[in-house]
Amino acid sequence: MIRIFIALYQRDLRLAGRIGGGASMGVVFFLILVTITPFAIGPDLNLLARIGPAILWIAALLATLLGLDRLFQADQEDGSLDLLHMSDAPLELIVAAKCLAHWTATCLPLVLAAPLFGLMLALDGEALAGLSATLLAGTPALTFLGAIGAALTASLRRGGLLMAILILPLAIPVLIFGVSAASSAGMATTPFLPPFLILIAFSLASMALAPFAAAAALRSLGE
Amino acid sequence: MSAVLTVQNMTLVRGGRTLVRGLNFEVRSGDALLLTGANGAGKSTLLRAIAGLFTPASGVISISGDDIAHDETPALQAHYLGHSDALKGALSARENLDFWAAALKRRGGLDPLQALAAVNLAHVADLPVSWLSAGQRRRTALARLFVAERPLWLLDEPTTALDAASQTRLAQSMAAHRAKGGMIIAATHAPVGLEDAAELRLGAPA
Repeated sequence: MIRIFIALYQRDLRLAGRIGGGASMGVVFFLILVTITPFAIGPDLNLLARIGPAILWIAALLATLLGLDRLFQADQEDGSLDLLHMSDAPLELIVAAKCLAHWTATCLPLVLAAPLFGLMLALDGEALAGLSATLLAGTPALTFLGAIGAALTASLRRGGLLMAILILPLAIPVLIFGVSAASSAGMATTPFLPPFLILIAFSLASMALAPFAAAAALRSLGE
Repeated sequence: MSAVLTVQNMTLVRGGRTLVRGLNFEVRSGDALLLTGANGAGKSTLLRAIAGLFTPASGVISISGDDIAHDETPALQAHYLGHSDALKGALSARENLDFWAAALKRRGGLDPLQALAAVNLAHVADLPVSWLSAGQRRRTALARLFVAERPLWLLDEPTTALDAASQTRLAQSMAAHRAKGGMIIAATHAPVGLEDAAELRLGAPA
């Protein structure tokens, strides 16, 4: 069971790295959003620094959702999902392996690139560190929640938008606590730790529960 | 090894239509069963039901044998070769088989390179699967049957896109699999080299 978990994780990472795999797509999309924001808002550094964490978080949320609709759809289309059903690993473990690979390929680069992109929004040292920490703590929740939507829409041809509509309401609490923790990192007025801990709780809860929901949705595909 | 697959009183309903009603059959070690019937008669659905990928309206599918735990589902003892090849175009043939060996292997099995040699594809082992022709892709999918040893082969139109030489090779591997005590259930319209097999003709859809 552990062998298939590792093999699937490695396969999905390798696929993400190959041409058309979309691992770099998330970061490029993130960069585009962050780059055009100052053009739209204007060069007011104080304003940019104030709304910077929110913009980076929205960009991270959208970048995460970008490739997520293909998470199970690609395997459903080429028949791989059928064969994964026939391995001795439970479907929940397979979902977890795929989510973890997606997080590593899509979200981890966002976490690493965020400090660099934060500079473009006039964030300073402490705020940058806070931003990276909140993205690291919060993006697993986005991936695992998104997996539920991806599993529900796996058999639909153009399911990407439907997935976003299903998942965005669930992602709003993550966004709220993520942004509030990230914005308080640079300021002394509001505490950083309470929203940050709630964010971690969201991630842990969704990592524990979402695989069961997604696996149930995938099982119903065969009926 | 000796094993037996038993299907009892199976009814398959798909999209509100009853495809198969009250079907009973048994496949023993060394046996092959050929599913024939018109398009839409339920051949693929029956194979998917045995593979655990489709829930029958009623009936029991069970497998038993020397080295098979008594509560095990046929899905864990079976290879399913469906219409789609379950290969990733961006990965090489060898990488694809490496993955399926890790995912499906429970007992023995050939090394992926040996399996590719068995379908005469050793020379393209490191090419991305998307570069291969339809027949070569089908042969790579067939090589999956060798990387993980499983007693029951469920083959849905296995000869699709195969050239004459590959069809002969497939017939030989099927004979070798049966000689080792394996079981084969194949759905097909064309002759696949299982001339001595029992035939199960599925009726016209009701």
